[in-house]
Amino acid sequence: MNVTAIIINGIAVAGLLVAFIKNRKKAIESLKMALKSFIKILPMVFIIIIAIGLLLGFVPPEQISRFVGDQSGSGGVLLVGIVGAIMYIPALLAFPLAASILENGASVAAVAAFITTLTMIGMITLPLEIKILGKKMALLRNGISFVIAILIALIMGMVL
Amino acid sequence: MKPEEEQIKQKKKMIRDWFFLGITIVIVVVLLSVFPEKIEPVHSTVQEYFIEMMVILPAVMVIMGLFAVFISDETVVKHLGKTSGVKGIALSILIGTLPTGPLYIAFPMAATLLKKGARVSNIIVFLSAWACIKIPQEMVEVQFLGPEFMFLRLILTIIFVVIMGIAIEFILNRKVDDSKNQNVMIKE
Repeated sequence: MNVTAIIINGIAVAGLLVAFIKNRKKAIESLKMALKSFIKILPMVFIIIIAIGLLLGFVPPEQISRFVGDQSGSGGVLLVGIVGAIMYIPALLAFPLAASILENGASVAAVAAFITTLTMIGMITLPLEIKILGKKMALLRNGISFVIAILIALIMGMVL
Repeated sequence: MKPEEEQIKQKKKMIRDWFFLGITIVIVVVLLSVFPEKIEPVHSTVQEYFIEMMVILPAVMVIMGLFAVFISDETVVKHLGKTSGVKGIALSILIGTLPTGPLYIAFPMAATLLKKGARVSNIIVFLSAWACIKIPQEMVEVQFLGPEFMFLRLILTIIFVVIMGIAIEFILNRKVDDSKNQNVMIKE
């Protein structure tokens, strides 16, 4: 277990303790909810991890780097940004996927673009967003989000 | 009626996810029997990522569960509805980062807030924070991509999201202002 994992588990345990002291019933309810969401996300976890295994096992780093590495430039960043905007996977699972391509030749900018568009923009949820918040606001939010995601990615590529 | 429908939808999604997992496993088995030399690298990668995921995922779920139960939607709406200015934006970010469910839960809350007169900029910032600066997400990001990556992306995201919020408010309000211009002039 690394330091991050220890800290996260520590926070969870501390939170649970406080919750049990404050309100036993609600604390048990939270645990049930946690278990439910854990089971719910489990198949996706396995799918993503297997996908990472296949990706790293079969696609050589040179290929990854050719499409989304430093030499692919802003075109690669744009491409990954679009993929992230369309894809619909839980954000929590985007990070191991991003880490796997980063370790195997992808550029920081591409990885940042992927995560940022994936979390900020929801093509699948866009119809719902339009229905609830109106066309103008939903389209403006998603459109501008894409632009700033690319900007964030390019800046991160320059800094890191 | 509604919760039942929701439950059926959830169940369908579960079945679909397990079905996809089944397909994925079949693909892996076929691929690895054709290329047996790949078994070792694929196996070690899967094992490594599985362990890294499992040491944090249960804890992340517990933290999300705690927030979902202890902080109700009403609390969020109550606190976001009346503040504005820098404080409003800070609060929008803060409440948006609380780990309480997927983005589509936030849309109805945003709509309610807008009806109650909350500022567009606050709502955009709130929605964006909700989408991409959730506390559990940041934790998983540190685990896999390191603190440097996480903090830099977090700071940049906050800056740009605030700019976006103000820009969208400006764009949406300008149209409204045009039609109200005469009233304003009369008042002056």
